[in-house]
Amino acid sequence: MSWLFGILALAALAIIAGLILGFAAIRFRVESDPIVEQIDSLLPQTQCGQCGYPGCRPYAEAIANGDELNKCPPGGQATIDKLADLLGREAKPLDAAHGEEDVKKVAVIREDECIGCTKCIQACPVDAIMGAARQMHTVIADECTGCDLCVEPCPVDCIDMVPVAIQPERWKWDLEQIPVQYIDGSASSPTTEQQVETQ
Amino acid sequence: MIELTTTSPLHTFPGGIHPPERKAPANSTPTKRLPLADRLYVSLRQHSGLIAELCVSVGDRVTKGQPLSKPGVDNGLPVHAPTSGVITAITEHPLNHPSALTGPTVCIEVDHLDEWGAREPLGDLSTLSRREILNYLQTMGIAGLGGAGFPTARKIAGAQGIDVLIINGVECEPYIAADDRLMREQSQGILRGSKILQELTAAKQVVIAIEDNKPEAIAAMTAALSTDNSDFILRVIPTRYPSGGEKQLIQILTGKQVPANQLPADIGVLVHNVGTAFAIAKAVDAGEPLLERVVTVTGETVAEPCTAWVPIGTPVGHVLQSCGFKAEPQQRVIIGGPMMGYTIPSLDVPVTKTTNCILAPSATELRPADEEMACIRCGACEQVCPASLLPQQLQWLAKAKDYDGLKQHHLADCIECGACAYVCPSEIPLVYYYRQAKAQIREQLIEQQKSEIARQRFEARQARLEREKEERLEKHRKAAEARKAAQAARAESNEEDPVQAALARVKARKAAQEESANAPAVDDKKDQVAAAVARAKARKAQREAEQSSEAESAADDKKAQVAAAVARAKARKAEREAAAQQAEKNGEDS
Repeated sequence: MSWLFGILALAALAIIAGLILGFAAIRFRVESDPIVEQIDSLLPQTQCGQCGYPGCRPYAEAIANGDELNKCPPGGQATIDKLADLLGREAKPLDAAHGEEDVKKVAVIREDECIGCTKCIQACPVDAIMGAARQMHTVIADECTGCDLCVEPCPVDCIDMVPVAIQPERWKWDLEQIPVQYIDGSASSPTTEQQVETQ
Repeated sequence: MIELTTTSPLHTFPGGIHPPERKAPANSTPTKRLPLADRLYVSLRQHSGLIAELCVSVGDRVTKGQPLSKPGVDNGLPVHAPTSGVITAITEHPLNHPSALTGPTVCIEVDHLDEWGAREPLGDLSTLSRREILNYLQTMGIAGLGGAGFPTARKIAGAQGIDVLIINGVECEPYIAADDRLMREQSQGILRGSKILQELTAAKQVVIAIEDNKPEAIAAMTAALSTDNSDFILRVIPTRYPSGGEKQLIQILTGKQVPANQLPADIGVLVHNVGTAFAIAKAVDAGEPLLERVVTVTGETVAEPCTAWVPIGTPVGHVLQSCGFKAEPQQRVIIGGPMMGYTIPSLDVPVTKTTNCILAPSATELRPADEEMACIRCGACEQVCPASLLPQQLQWLAKAKDYDGLKQHHLADCIECGACAYVCPSEIPLVYYYRQAKAQIREQLIEQQKSEIARQRFEARQARLEREKEERLEKHRKAAEARKAAQAARAESNEEDPVQAALARVKARKAAQEESANAPAVDDKKDQVAAAVARAKARKAQREAEQSSEAESAADDKKAQVAAAVARAKARKAEREAAAQQAEKNGEDS
């Protein structure tokens, strides 16, 4: 009869463990995979789709499922390094098939050419274009991620991608780029004087 | 609660240096008034942060003190016309900034009349609310004249529960003598401004702090205080750089440190510069906006080093020329002092509200930086750091771009005083590395905030699109349900359903047609046909009967028949002739 007792004991243990696990699965349920959140927070959120996924979060999900890290040109090498660090994977150079790292840009609509077709508004992933049908559209520059998605749909090609101008308060102390460090003998350089007058 | 007396012990801050002071000869002559420049370039951006809204246009004539911009929705700090003249351009002009970037600037062609516009002094302060006075100071363009140029009204508005108001006349950086001269010449005005500041901040105590290397300024302020019945405390502190730094001065006077990432107001202290106090007094009592400031013009390439009242927007080149500037080869012009100042790339840049010194040193006076050598880990930088940081460690981390490491080593607490770079035997420009690293960290923070906003907007948009789709489907579903419900309701109330009724009518009509086409109708048709045939027969018989009756009466019509025959013969003859003519014609043609 001892074998029967053994089976019964094991069965009882299995039932108890099953109940505990079942309860834990419901009580301590994690809403979504936290690694996806972490990856998503490292991505630049331009929502440009250059990685081949419709937005940053889908790409984060794809990375969590094993996709390559090097498909994000707006994030560049810095983002690849951070992702590699987070996931313990090898940091590969940026995949050129998805685009190249570029300076930050912002979309600008040449407003007198805009016909008010709303196609760019529908394309913008972050709702950064204001306007209505047959009204002039304009880009909210602060909200624009520079994703380039509005340029293609424009039927009159009136959207330009312009590099973001450097503001003094966001200047990065890049002294190498300043043309002149020394003052020459003359009181003022003529070029800027002329510019002011012509303007 | 901090309580200070004239005899309470002075404390000290860690580190500090004693560089050559070189305040003479600029501080030995009274503050001058230089000839007005022919053109002023008033930058809309005089400090970091939001700029005010432009309120003039090209071609306008402006009087002295007229606002060029107004606070607007962002409550930026406005700038005013420093003298009368005509606005010739509003354009991008080099900023007084180490980056050599350009910024929006109002260019005024000076008419040398120096004609004031309307001035409205604030009058009796006791009848006005704190908020009204602060708004007034903001519209007068008052900014902190000591360093960063933070809008004074905002600084006061953000401070609650102030125990000690410190009026900073320390001016610890070498060469600079602007505050020294101001205290000697305008001590009453500084006291008046300090009183207004005390009222606005509700500070329990006011301490005026001056370094002991300015005996004339100390004497002037003491004299002013003795004729005044205020309970202000004057404290003379030992000369050491950078004791004029806000946090260092608070530590010297109160012995308390401002905690990291907090403001002096959090420990009940507020610090304002003597120049700011004087500007407040002028704005409140005379209705004069911040139009000019005392600038130290010094350095060995300047023939007459001095301090001068310089209108905001005057090109640096004009100020230097007026003081007998002779440029050397590879001349550097530094805005601010030798420790914290920056070289400017062109002399076109204008004087701003924060320009306390224009330094044009000769090459022997301030040697240009030599090539950076390797760190020998001597630790001298750590000894002099007033913020108790580890400059050498920060330097390694900054070069390695290890921003997390820099945060752990409290880079944010660095006040960029330059003491570490001053003592470095390897001439490493330490502060330059810290500034770069700080800018990178700030940029990362901005990018992170922007990407967070972009993510929220993206998700909000996805949610909106999803919602719109569902709403559409829901609408369709509801419409279908409504139809069904209406049908059911009709069925219940035995009312005739219009669709069913219509269908029934159609069916009935069809059935009727089919019935009429079916068998019972066949006999009728035969009858009808028979009847029709009978009718036709009857008609024929009638016609025949008529013809026979006509023939009987035809004899009378013989004459008519003859006539008809004649007519027929004539017609035939005409026909023949026509045929002959045709034949002839054909013959001719062939």
